Amino acid sequence: MSDHLPKAERRFPIRLDLRHGTVDLSHGSGGRAMAQLIEELFQRHLDNDLLRQGNDQAAFDPPAGRLVMSTDGHVVSPLFFPGGDIGCLSVHGTINDVAMAGARPLYLAASFILEEGLPLADLDRIVASMAKAASDAGVPVVAGDTKVVERGKADGVFITTTGVGVVPPGVDISGDRARPGDAILVSGTIGDHGVAVMSRRENLSFGTDILSDTAALHGLVAAMVAAVPGIHCLRDPTRGGLATTLNELARQSGVGMRIREADIPVRRQVQAACELLGLDPVYVANEGKLIAICPPGDAETLLAAMQAHPLGAQAALIGEVVADPHQFVQMQTRLGGWRIVDWLAGEQLPRIC
Amino acid sequence: MKYVEEFRDQGLARNLAASIAGEVDPGRSYRLMEFCGGHTHAIFRYGVQDLMPPNLHFIHGPGCPVCVLPIGRIDQAIALALDYGVTLCTYADLMRVPGSERRSLIKAKAAGADVRMVYSTQDALAIARADPGRQVVFFAIGFETTTPPTAVALRQARAAGLTNFSVFCNHVLTPPALRAILATEGSEGVQIDGILGPSHVSTVIGSAPYGFVPVEFDKPLVIAGFEPLDVMQSALMLVRQLNAGRCEVENQYTRAVTPEGNRKAQALIAEVFERRETFEWRGLGHLPHSALKIAPDYADLDAELRFPVARGEGHEVKGCECPSVLRGVKAPVDCKLFGTVCTPENPMGSCMVSSEGACAAYWSYGRFRHPTDVVAAAGVTA
Repeated sequence: MSDHLPKAERRFPIRLDLRHGTVDLSHGSGGRAMAQLIEELFQRHLDNDLLRQGNDQAAFDPPAGRLVMSTDGHVVSPLFFPGGDIGCLSVHGTINDVAMAGARPLYLAASFILEEGLPLADLDRIVASMAKAASDAGVPVVAGDTKVVERGKADGVFITTTGVGVVPPGVDISGDRARPGDAILVSGTIGDHGVAVMSRRENLSFGTDILSDTAALHGLVAAMVAAVPGIHCLRDPTRGGLATTLNELARQSGVGMRIREADIPVRRQVQAACELLGLDPVYVANEGKLIAICPPGDAETLLAAMQAHPLGAQAALIGEVVADPHQFVQMQTRLGGWRIVDWLAGEQLPRIC
Repeated sequence: MKYVEEFRDQGLARNLAASIAGEVDPGRSYRLMEFCGGHTHAIFRYGVQDLMPPNLHFIHGPGCPVCVLPIGRIDQAIALALDYGVTLCTYADLMRVPGSERRSLIKAKAAGADVRMVYSTQDALAIARADPGRQVVFFAIGFETTTPPTAVALRQARAAGLTNFSVFCNHVLTPPALRAILATEGSEGVQIDGILGPSHVSTVIGSAPYGFVPVEFDKPLVIAGFEPLDVMQSALMLVRQLNAGRCEVENQYTRAVTPEGNRKAQALIAEVFERRETFEWRGLGHLPHSALKIAPDYADLDAELRFPVARGEGHEVKGCECPSVLRGVKAPVDCKLFGTVCTPENPMGSCMVSSEGACAAYWSYGRFRHPTDVVAAAGVTA
């Protein structure tokens, strides 16, 4: 790449100032400044054979099997939070959406909307984090696009990623397949991501050592599908948390659910932060957790497969699917009573007294 | 979590439930009004009702500051933000409370008003300090619990010489509301045998101000904490008083409440505020000496004086039963709007907005107990 060429042979005699430079409108103009940004920043980090071809699209032969495709926009604020940043988050988010079909993710594409004035150092750090996440996951970013908008028209950087993957034969995972009697499992502690991000919001900063759980879950999913090919539903409880995701699945499948609060794994620090802010962990976002629903006879096998994987070590069986025309998700509280766990209404906001 | 989990312990809950079940007289009913939205929230969130015998009923009281704010005051806040162009700082719950013609602060914000959600009075002060060119108004609401922080903010603003900060004061007082509820009890079909008294409010005012409840109204009152075991233990204490024919003010929440309360906070309130002649409460009407206004010494920081806004009548949504729900006369499910057109996503009345409102608690936590077709239909289209 151009970094290694003698100065005279480089396409751009003056390198991007990655320490003090900022994004300006010329970086999105389609001219040489944009070409330089792509070459010296995006390609340098994300480099792979398909990207290096420099086409507006990546061409590849799809493997045999059903293809799945998903896209996900990322607008997290702040851009850097304990345990991650928007870069790795944008890779994990789409890999997970693809993986929730039981699929093996193959390739990613990424689209960046940059705000004029974004420090190039921040962008460099974000793209480096994306590249590491993609490389760790074995899922390359093979196509991309960059646009720049005027200051104030975006919040630093927005990243949309799109992914394709292939589903192994015999696997049929979908949100409408939950059946009465099925077991409901969660892959680990809930609420870590939301609390980590909230702890760094400017008007809300509080001390916590909680890190975001952002992670690519396709390895865990592969282990689960290998152990129990007949999994009915998988979904990652991101925005709206566990509660909202269970309600989505209940509605899609036309069933009710009964879960047990005492069996849902929640870190003590997350519980404490939620107490302080008047939030309920079941509504707080996750970025490295999944919910699995499977036939009751497979539950123990699936739980063991999850717990054997590093990203599922704290997996737990939290409840059952029931027949219910009202499609209520009900929870037995720690105290022993019952209540509804509803869809999240509006933003989760602190109580005032 | 220390000091929290102890008050949600399942084993202790079972023991308390067994004691209550063993001690209630099957020949009578126990209708206990929990005054605060915090109690209502605990009862529903933890499913406390499931652990109670069938003849013990909780009646939900008016102790939700967002719920009792009359529509006219919401209209005034919207006018402050829109007509005067001030930066209006408010607690989150207030953003979605419908004013007249279903306007709200969140809609005013979308229309260009500068409405900011804050977590404390200190956030509002910080906004004022950071932008001396902007008039910043803090929308102060709440019972005696949230009054001292507003008093502190006023003193700080005065000390810092901030000329761009003021307070739209809507602080209300608990004992007059309790008196109003008890004065009409029995006449409207609501029957109350005992009261679960305010929790956090009592940390400020103490237990002494409730003395009139047994003396004038012949009802027992137990000051009750907000954790589920607090509520259950307080229910047991009320059952015991009623069974024994006793009628006293008792304090279950001894870990935080003393008879005299927080003297320092009381002195602060007395310095900065004075009682209004009268104030309108949603559901309870105009109650004499039931609210606070900013005292003459601090009048220059009073948003009502700095930005005179006409007091409107405030129009309730037709059919909305919030006023009756707040008096305990009706349950949320008795309202025709409940779950049909009024849900937390699309609230028609204040009791559906606040997480401490009885309607929101019924809907979000308890509607499986009333799974009528209407409720279910609304549930799947939510």
